[in-house]
Amino acid sequence: MTESLLKTVDLSKSFGGIEATRNINLEVRPLETHAIIGPNGAGKTTLVSQLSGTLLPDRGAIYFAGQEITRLSPHRRAALGLARSFQITSLLMSMTVLDNVALAIQAHDGHSFRFFARARTEPGLRRRAQEVLARFDLAQRAHAKVATLSHGERRQVEIAVAVATGARLLLLDEPMAGMGREESRRIVALLEGLKASKTMLLIEHDMDVVFALADRISVLVDGALIATGTPEEIRANGTVRRAYLGEM
Amino acid sequence: MLRPASAHKTAALGLTPRLGARGWLSVGLLALIGGGGVVAHFAGAPFYVDLATRLVCLAIAATSLNLILGYGGLLSFGHAVFIGIGAYAVGIPSYHATYGDWQAIASYNGFFHLALAMGLSGLFALVTGAISLRTRGVHFIMITMAFAQMMFFFFVSLEAYGGDDGLTIDVRSELGPLSLDDPLQMFLLAFGVLLATLWLVDRLVHSRFGLVLQGAKDNDERMRMIGFNTYVFRLVAYVIAGALCGLAGALLGNFTAFVSPDMLDWTRSGELMFMVILGGAGTLLGPILGATIFVVLEELLSGLTIYWHLPFGALLILSVLFARGGLMAFVGRLGGND
Ligand SMILES: Nc1ncnc2c1ncn2[C@@H]1O[C@H](COP(=O)(O)OP(=O)(O)OP(=O)(O)O)[C@@H](O)[C@H]1O
Ligand SMILES: [Mg+2]
Repeated sequence: MTESLLKTVDLSKSFGGIEATRNINLEVRPLETHAIIGPNGAGKTTLVSQLSGTLLPDRGAIYFAGQEITRLSPHRRAALGLARSFQITSLLMSMTVLDNVALAIQAHDGHSFRFFARARTEPGLRRRAQEVLARFDLAQRAHAKVATLSHGERRQVEIAVAVATGARLLLLDEPMAGMGREESRRIVALLEGLKASKTMLLIEHDMDVVFALADRISVLVDGALIATGTPEEIRANGTVRRAYLGEM
Repeated sequence: MLRPASAHKTAALGLTPRLGARGWLSVGLLALIGGGGVVAHFAGAPFYVDLATRLVCLAIAATSLNLILGYGGLLSFGHAVFIGIGAYAVGIPSYHATYGDWQAIASYNGFFHLALAMGLSGLFALVTGAISLRTRGVHFIMITMAFAQMMFFFFVSLEAYGGDDGLTIDVRSELGPLSLDDPLQMFLLAFGVLLATLWLVDRLVHSRFGLVLQGAKDNDERMRMIGFNTYVFRLVAYVIAGALCGLAGALLGNFTAFVSPDMLDWTRSGELMFMVILGGAGTLLGPILGATIFVVLEELLSGLTIYWHLPFGALLILSVLFARGGLMAFVGRLGGND
């Protein structure tokens, strides 16, 4: 059995009376695309937030690449190779697309306490950022302010930023949220291109997308994982059909 | 009327060749201030030299506040504390050099004064910033104000240095061949420091460090998620801003030859915020424009009415409502800049 890249042990988190995460034991293997599905309010985003460090769990532990990261701050986790895209787009809105991506690269270049040289004309950073943008079909929009982009373009930038950090594990919280058919297809193609080089934890509602992309799927209902398996196993799982797939 | 002198003084700013409306306003403003002070001196109008010097000192302080408020998004409501620390860093050593005691710090040496002003301000910023920057929003405003008021009462309690009556500086800083008793030299020193400060802030905000600072203002969570410990970047910016404002305080103390707790009263901090926000937070020259408007209005209105602060409030409200990004951004939009 392969050593898992990400692992949670009895992870639990409550908001007042609501147990948003209940004893979750999740394993993500290196280079797999692991989808998490579940109805609205199942606790998917809450889980991702604990993995990325924006929320601290009440109980349980998180391990990443063999190291415990349960209480590590988000920027330390990012340094270890964890990146997140948000369900609700979260970018530097007043800055350009290129700035957003270049900063993600700079964050892992290790030298941000440079006070005099003009960062926007640094060839190294900008060239690498341009390369990332080219891969994401965003080269033409490099100098546009994020605030002026369409919703679909912003979703693309959101993923480009996560990739630009050089992270090993991408936590993608509904990367296609609010997108049209055509735009969604673009993102699916992008993620297919990333599958070979990145481990991904993908939260997604669209079952076609999930079954197309995922190597394994975990099903989250009312804060608890009720099943984990290959797409075929999940499709065949009676509990899952009743609890989740059936209602679609 | 004062005429703008040569524009060569602005060459050090590294402004792009294509200036645009904002650029011309900036260059014109600096030329007007710099040229105005010099011309006023030779035209035998010492009152205007004094006005220009005071304006320049406040402009340096406002520029330092702009670094954290405009580019860092930190609504510090206690920035005048650094003016006070800077001014007392001149007044106290000079006092002891004249009247004895405290030989360790007794000195007229201006380089020592400036180093002390910047060092103590930076240290105060480091200690208070480390605590304040743990908070956000209204809490940050309140806590920076509280720290500043703490220092206000500290200086009030220092009876040896005049308490709340303040302390007259009998001997100004001795800076090599410069004589700060000469109004023109005092003015030129302050103006030179202003240009250097603008140059420094311009470099800072475009550096890797500056982009992180601005990114954290825009979206702190995103910046942390890509791997930046934004707290540390803000703290460094806070220390730099504090030290620069301490320098402004040392100049202001020398200029007025007098220091008092009133220099770091919370209303002084409010005035600095007024200058930055009215002129244009996050634009390089906006705070200079704001400081100019403040000093000119204060001069015109304080003679007419004791309620001279009222129009400032009205102006600020108008600018927030109708000129988002301050007057600099407003002029930029009129002139077709971005
Ligand atoms: N900050 C919070 N405070 C209180 N309750 C919260 C908070 N965040 C989430 N919840 C609650 O926790 C539960 C899980 O929410 P979460 O956002 O994780 O669901 P989700 O699976 O991501 O849903 P969706 O598919 O709509 O994105 C919900 O009942 C939600 O109301
Ligand atoms: Mg969600």
